Amino acid sequence: MSKFKKKGEGGTPAISTASLPDIVFMLLFFFMVVTVMRDNSLKIENELPFADQVEKLDKKELVMYIYAGKPSERYQRQFGTEARIQLNDKFASVNDIRQFVLEERRTRREELQNKLITALKVDKETNMGLVSDIKQELRKLEALKVNYTTRDGDVKFNK
Amino acid sequence: MGRRNAPEVNAGSMADIAFLLLIFFLVTTTIETDSGINRKLPPIDDENVEPPKIKERNIFQVLVRDDGQILVNEDQMDIADLREAAIMFLDNGGGKGSQACEYCQGKRDPKSSDNPKKAIISLQNNRKTKYKSYITVQNELVAAYNELRNREAQRLFNRDFTDMVKDFDNPDYPGNKDKLKEEIALIKELFPQKLSEAEPK
Repeated sequence: MSKFKKKGEGGTPAISTASLPDIVFMLLFFFMVVTVMRDNSLKIENELPFADQVEKLDKKELVMYIYAGKPSERYQRQFGTEARIQLNDKFASVNDIRQFVLEERRTRREELQNKLITALKVDKETNMGLVSDIKQELRKLEALKVNYTTRDGDVKFNK
Repeated sequence: MGRRNAPEVNAGSMADIAFLLLIFFLVTTTIETDSGINRKLPPIDDENVEPPKIKERNIFQVLVRDDGQILVNEDQMDIADLREAAIMFLDNGGGKGSQACEYCQGKRDPKSSDNPKKAIISLQNNRKTKYKSYITVQNELVAAYNELRNREAQRLFNRDFTDMVKDFDNPDYPGNKDKLKEEIALIKELFPQKLSEAEPK
């Protein structure tokens, strides 16, 4: 009579899959948390130009976005085909930028307020006149840091 | 006469449901970080202050026309040659005496820029210029600066300037950030990015 009982009849025991749901849920939650749903629905065509000398724009809390481009097809009847500015969810004119920037500044922490970067997401077919107007307005507001948001790629594709 | 126990819900399919959700989120997730060309706009000029006089040879004027053609100092140029031309201009180092540039490797043409610290690239565009042409030109000019800065960084620190900047932005960089910052500042001083964006005509 040995103290050590022989275990089982050999063979590998089945691996318990009871913890599988837990593992999967863990992954699920991870992806749910990191997923960012787009917060602005675009009402304009926004195909960015290509550039390869780019820097990353990863300090999200410092960035405010200004979109510009032709109204997308759905809105063309109402707003025409001339390129326009979009701030948050609305079409806007150049004069609205002032209000927008002040508002954005107000919602940021105080020490970040003068470090804000304006990301210009401009459709590649837009005329520079509109972009210059935006830049001029930003200069007046002393929001001098801008980022011309582009897609990473060779400039040849801009043709 | 027994109270029947509530039958246990089979949790075997839980994993399947969770997988389904997981795959959905996997597919929809785009961990996107925007990237682009960073620029600093010039502050609005004070009208009472006379703008400083700049010698013509120190200005590299680039005009982007409506159709995307570029004029450099009023001569037409192909976009493919722009980077090279900008590098030649910045790296010229034609100055003498106090204006001299020891690290420049250019032709030292007296008709081109004196010193990278004096050299200014002026970028102009018309109101009807397409944004994509403008970005293309911006990109080439930034590339010219980056190339020269890389060269100097290789000479002084044996690494690329662009890598140094990348390391500096990386929060997990193991090395000495203060030292890196100083080195970046040094390179930036050798080739300061003087890219003026005039208002369109």
